[in-house]
Amino acid sequence: MEAEVKTTTCYMCACRCGIRVHLQDGKVRYIDGNPAHPLNKGVICAKGASGIMKQVSPARLTHPLRRKPGAERGAGDFERISWEEAFSVLETRLKAIRASDPKRFALFTGRDQMQALTGLFARQFGTPNYAAHGGFCSVNMAAGMIYTIGGSFWEFGGPDLERAKLFVMLGTAEDHHSNPLKIAISAFKRRGGRFVSVNPVRTGYSAIADEWVPIRPGTDGALLLALNHEIVAQGLYDRPFVARYTNGGQLVVVDPASPRHGLFALDEGADPVNPLYPQNQLWWDRASGGPVLTHTPESDPALFGDFRLADGTRVRPAFQLLAERLQAHTPEWAEKITGVPAATIRRLAHEMGVTARDEKIELPIAWTDCWGNEHQTVTGNPVAFHAMRGLAAHSNGFHTVRSLAILMSLLGTIDRPGGFRHKAPFPRAIPPSAKTPTGPESVRPNTPLAGLALGWPGSPEDLFVDADGGPVRIDKGFSWEYPLSVHGLMHNVVANAWRGDPYRLDTLMIFMANMAWNSAMNTTETRRMLNDRDVDGEYKIPFLVVCDAFQSETTAFADLVLPDTTYLERHDVMSMLDRPISEFEGPVDSVRVPVVPPLGECKPFQEVLIELGGRLGLPAFTNRDGSRRYKDYPDFIVRHETEPGSGIGFLAGWRGADGTKSMRGEPNPAQWERYAENDCVFRHELAPSYRYMRNWNRGYMEWAQRARLRRWGDPVLVHLYSEVLQRFRLAAQGKWPGRQPPEALRSRVDRFFDPLPFWFPPLEHQFTDLERYPLAAITQRPMAMYHSWDSQNAWLRQIHAHNYLFINPATAIAQRIADGSWLRVESPWGSVRCMARHSEALEPGTVWTWNAIGKHEGAWALAPDANEFTRGFILNSLISDELPGGISNSDPVTGQAGWYDVRVRIAPA
Amino acid sequence: MKPAWSVILLTTLIGAAQGLFLAGFLSGGPRLFALIALALAAAGLAASFFHLGRPERAWRSAAMWRTSWLSREVIVLPAFMAAVAAWAVFPEPWIGWIGVALAIALFVCTGMIYACLKFLQEWHTPLTVVNYTALGIASGTTLAAVLMPSFIPAALAAGALAWALRLASLARNARLRPKSTLATAIGVKHPRIRQIAQGAMGGSFNTREFFHGRPREVVLAARWALVALVFPAPALLLLLGQPAAAFLAQYAGLIAERWYFFADARHPQNLYYQAIA
Amino acid sequence: MSKQLALVIDLNVCVGCHACVTSCKEWNTQGSAGPLTDQNPYGADPSGTFFNRVQTFEVGEFPRTETVHFPKSCLHCEDPPCVPVCPTGASYKRAEDGIVLVDYDKCIGCKYCSWACPYGARELDGEQKVMKKCTLCVDRIYDQALPPAERKPACVLACPTSARIFGDIHDPASEASRAIREQGGYALMPEWGTQPANHYLPRRKTAKQIHPDELERHDNPLKVDGKLPRPATGEPALDDVTSW
Repeated sequence: MEAEVKTTTCYMCACRCGIRVHLQDGKVRYIDGNPAHPLNKGVICAKGASGIMKQVSPARLTHPLRRKPGAERGAGDFERISWEEAFSVLETRLKAIRASDPKRFALFTGRDQMQALTGLFARQFGTPNYAAHGGFCSVNMAAGMIYTIGGSFWEFGGPDLERAKLFVMLGTAEDHHSNPLKIAISAFKRRGGRFVSVNPVRTGYSAIADEWVPIRPGTDGALLLALNHEIVAQGLYDRPFVARYTNGGQLVVVDPASPRHGLFALDEGADPVNPLYPQNQLWWDRASGGPVLTHTPESDPALFGDFRLADGTRVRPAFQLLAERLQAHTPEWAEKITGVPAATIRRLAHEMGVTARDEKIELPIAWTDCWGNEHQTVTGNPVAFHAMRGLAAHSNGFHTVRSLAILMSLLGTIDRPGGFRHKAPFPRAIPPSAKTPTGPESVRPNTPLAGLALGWPGSPEDLFVDADGGPVRIDKGFSWEYPLSVHGLMHNVVANAWRGDPYRLDTLMIFMANMAWNSAMNTTETRRMLNDRDVDGEYKIPFLVVCDAFQSETTAFADLVLPDTTYLERHDVMSMLDRPISEFEGPVDSVRVPVVPPLGECKPFQEVLIELGGRLGLPAFTNRDGSRRYKDYPDFIVRHETEPGSGIGFLAGWRGADGTKSMRGEPNPAQWERYAENDCVFRHELAPSYRYMRNWNRGYMEWAQRARLRRWGDPVLVHLYSEVLQRFRLAAQGKWPGRQPPEALRSRVDRFFDPLPFWFPPLEHQFTDLERYPLAAITQRPMAMYHSWDSQNAWLRQIHAHNYLFINPATAIAQRIADGSWLRVESPWGSVRCMARHSEALEPGTVWTWNAIGKHEGAWALAPDANEFTRGFILNSLISDELPGGISNSDPVTGQAGWYDVRVRIAPA
Repeated sequence: MKPAWSVILLTTLIGAAQGLFLAGFLSGGPRLFALIALALAAAGLAASFFHLGRPERAWRSAAMWRTSWLSREVIVLPAFMAAVAAWAVFPEPWIGWIGVALAIALFVCTGMIYACLKFLQEWHTPLTVVNYTALGIASGTTLAAVLMPSFIPAALAAGALAWALRLASLARNARLRPKSTLATAIGVKHPRIRQIAQGAMGGSFNTREFFHGRPREVVLAARWALVALVFPAPALLLLLGQPAAAFLAQYAGLIAERWYFFADARHPQNLYYQAIA
Repeated sequence: MSKQLALVIDLNVCVGCHACVTSCKEWNTQGSAGPLTDQNPYGADPSGTFFNRVQTFEVGEFPRTETVHFPKSCLHCEDPPCVPVCPTGASYKRAEDGIVLVDYDKCIGCKYCSWACPYGARELDGEQKVMKKCTLCVDRIYDQALPPAERKPACVLACPTSARIFGDIHDPASEASRAIREQGGYALMPEWGTQPANHYLPRRKTAKQIHPDELERHDNPLKVDGKLPRPATGEPALDDVTSW
């Protein structure tokens, strides 16, 4: 029998590997990794190899469904309707909202990889209430790093393990970029690289680390500050790198009375070059003993000192301020917080510093920096780091991640061989130029939103608040409560809409997010709120639309269910406008193409948006005469441009009428065919001299401007000292000339918008009786499951049918909890019954379980006696989205959900 | 190991059949003994089919007699039954002696099926063959006593011997130290190794076939039952002139013995199936 | 000497991702060894036939704990105890490449071979009632229709950490033999003399020693900013009192 083989892109998790789908008689028989694909190079993971079982899952949704009249939400009692009925219901409802108050429509998405389209739809609709799941996931990792080095991990950048000698992984990182990282860690170990893992739990990648450093959850920031302390105290920082490529040498005004206190001193007479990202800061030149414009040829900044400018202004180099901040953060201080012995912290710092200093890599690649200096080689300090949600999902995560980015910078490892490297379109400016609107007047009936729903504030003026400083977004994103909530706060949406704070919604549309289960903090309350009615009998969240390919805990609450296709049944793009699959060597984007027809009446969510865009008359989706502009999603992808004639579209490859242009060019009608012929991937390899030091690489910057990845070509100095944060702090202190926070939030903003990193106990710990709840409880994602998504997969659920609570034997025995026995785990917010598994690979003050294995009875088309609910549990029912006093359990800088902060106690059950 | 009822019935029934035939033939007893032995063996054979996943292919199982004790048993059992049947019809001594040889061969085959598995240390001993033989003869002789009370002394003697040998094997097995440990199973030299996950949470063939899943009390009870019922109880009943009750008691003891025989055997594969998570 | 194909599994890099588990299931359930059936796939205690499982062990006590992910499949013993016990000849070891296979058409499902395997490598299919086990993807590795690089077991191709090396361990020049020789490859349960063809490579540790003097070097940047004094010249030294 002749089999047919089609290439496309996997979607069993967000990693986006290339796959080959082998078909026989039109049926999927086998899926393997595509050897020609740059990301996974032929390998595939447990999930990817089980994709075939998703196609036959009994949980597949196959028809549009409407909640039966009189049926309770959550009961899952539906009737089939036609797509025409579904569209007309939506059209009527959404048209009315858009014509009156567009913000009463909210669109929140989960594991989707089409934020460029969903974001465009929301913006065109005119609602600010749009975000994906990043606020729950890892926004601290994105924001903390991007506000410091202009890039971050995963899609944005990563460790260069091909050349690193020492690799330090902090916290759970198995979630993201999994196959490429597995490939790289293995090769790294085989080359004799040293791998250190800092994690409360030794599982996953940590298992093969040369050294495991167990740490208490939520204390990584203290460890990182102590490592920074030791690096500075021992002189192990890369001074030439810090001096030239960070803002460490820039002079900061030190005058508490001045409105410019804590801002960089500027040479007002000099050309700022770009007023948005001025370049007229000062150094204190060691040679001349006086202030000079930064990067003045032949000058070298003092990193330490206390100086006075000619006008008497007292200034200190930012590095001096950092060193002062680090002074008290000794390894002994950190030992008490982290549980990591001070001697270990010192040793690790010395290893990092000495490896970076003495095992330098010199590549014979000439390049020119942004100040015109020619360099004959590219230097690498081969110490690489990786971290994701383990650092991020704490309410103190932003500053923890800043501390990590600063450590990486002090070691001189930013966009250098063997260290951290960016992936296009990163590095971006600090902060990136995308901005939200700044006030409620930007939300107008029948008008697209004047700005993006998500952006990167650089000062209080960029916040999205009303005249009183109150939030405009339903999730209070970009308000004074979470000024840098760059990925939104999905975890606040249901509670805020239910309470009507800041206002009520009419329609909440959820795509691929299990918000009634594992994508909620406080699952129990969230489910109650979704089902709660007002005095008039109307649901408090009146209309709930859920689009998903599978029947989940959330679809049960929907008023309208839209059946999405699986990844094998549709077109998708991994776009440069969103989060492409770029590599260190240059931009890469990719697509999915359908290899089998949709099951039943399944319709890709993209088609739903294109259809709705046309029906609602959204400008980007309609012609001048109001008629629908795009036949379907593939047509949209090919023809849509960011601005008419911009030449920038969703896909960067094979542009131009004849397909000969890339990055930028006119639409190419045959673009999909070209992708399909090329393993669904487009790669652009940068010239070798553009592949490193990109923050300060003139050649790269100009290339990126030509390719329209960037508007500006200014150097992106590392923000050891964050002037952005200081602007908010000045506002909180009443010294900022512009917007100021509401009184109630002044002290909060003042405290947390510290321009230098600091560590504070997670907010939840400050409200918890730590003696009563002595244990930290966290989750890890098993490599064979993608969140709640795979319990319907006949093969994967055999591997993780239910979950245990892992407890260190010493801790368990003290509570008389036997291995394998039932116990009750209780937090201040809830309690759950589960089973114990003793584990020696676990810090004794921590308990943990696999994330999202436990399921609600009846969900995912599982039998009523399925292990997932007879023996499984989810930790989210012990977590609270709010802390006493109505404070959100989120990072006060970014709004990241602090769902790794919960404290618990355990007892036999 | 998980005791398989089909195998327990097979081995106890044919054991009794062999013993009964031996007792009958060697003492010049009536042909009825052979007929009953034949019936028991047939019942055992029937039970054995329930052990097979594909009983319709059972005919294939005689193929590997050069290497497989199971194959040999598959050949010898019908041969023994044929010899017994032949003797019942034509009670020629030479036919009877063939039957004796086949009965003994069958004991060896049955015992060797278990005894040849060298890493099942509880089974890998000549005592396994000896026990199968002695217990079979004992139960057959007791059954003979049911038919002819003159067999009571022989039944007492055979029972005592079988009991003593079985106690010897219990004593041997109590002193066994497993050769395989988690350290050899995964090749990591460390005294403290614990399994956390076995790769499947809903059970597998490995968890269903090799674990009896009964609490320790049940296993101990089976051992006490075998100790009490293989000889002391039937001996008492024989002395009280209740041979039928004695046989039933002893047969129950053999069921317990065989159940314990399996449950007692610790398969090294079980090292890999200790925990789920 | 004839060929002996085998897998060499590198525990030094295995992260326990289960890619080998499901890629094996996927290939073999649709291939000539299939189907590998599942029982109760969406109900209580789901179970099914797999040729390969990844297990997890913990070695040592906190904080000196090693977590060992341990893939386990048929080891294709050179002296396979499962083969001679088979009454029908369904279980056999191929002379040409040493692969131990089961002929499903001959298997009567008596399970005796599984009793005779100390490793628990065989599984009776819950539906088909015949014994199944790893075939080293015998229906892939000789398939001339596949590109030579892909004539390997599915698990080997899938493994993201390339922790599974496939080759002829009787050929001293093969990658598998070299790995065994040079990286301390070992066999499981050597006490039974089964001579498993599959081998495992142990964990290897990379450590770094730092001499204390490394921390205070001539080029220490703190000296540039005057935070660390240069060596003193005005104090007594050995130089002053030694003259030979």
